[in-house]
Amino acid sequence: MQEEAFDLGAEVNDFTSRQSGMGAVVSFTGIVRDIAAGLEAMQIEHYPGMTEKALAGIAEEASARWSLGDVLVIHRHGALAPDEMIMMVATSSPHRADAFQAAEFLMDYLKSRAPFWKKEVTRDGADWVDAKDADEDALSRW
Amino acid sequence: MDVLYFAWVRERIGRPKDNIETGAATVRDLVEELRAREARYEMAFADLDALRVAVDQELADFDAPLAGVREVAFFPPMTGG
Repeated sequence: MQEEAFDLGAEVNDFTSRQSGMGAVVSFTGIVRDIAAGLEAMQIEHYPGMTEKALAGIAEEASARWSLGDVLVIHRHGALAPDEMIMMVATSSPHRADAFQAAEFLMDYLKSRAPFWKKEVTRDGADWVDAKDADEDALSRW
Repeated sequence: MDVLYFAWVRERIGRPKDNIETGAATVRDLVEELRAREARYEMAFADLDALRVAVDQELADFDAPLAGVREVAFFPPMTGG
């Protein structure tokens, strides 16, 4: 968890250099998208303490399901501008299928089981982003 | 017991946290106690289907028992990632 921006290239390079015997590293990055024209900021609130526990639990679950070397999750909070990077996950595994699947699993769970809330600030005011049914439904495939 | 509020629940109630003495047996009982406090609590807890709850920082349901619990949090469905 951090408020400041992260360097995606440096994080992935550092993560990759710490692996040994792994044939694959997969990374995913989430970016603030200007959905309603005129998005001024995306505010991300979280629940300090529970957030870290929830993320660790999701990473442990991924490690139990797939053969993984390591998992990295970085998630920002506070006010972010359009096109800024919100979060990233990286996974490593001996073969790519595990790293890809684990990264998707992490994203699906992180979207609706980790205590984050997004608020969009536009010229017209600020509104909380509603959770999507599709995000909840995505969990059923695991 | 600490009762925490996040996102629009926090905004409707107008504060991030209450420290309360309660004999509530379950989360649902605690919600009833809070609703009886003031209109802004009634408004925040009007539709429980729109809310999620965590008990001692673990997701729980509204029937979860509160014996020995130190922290309960109420918030809307999460929107991470």
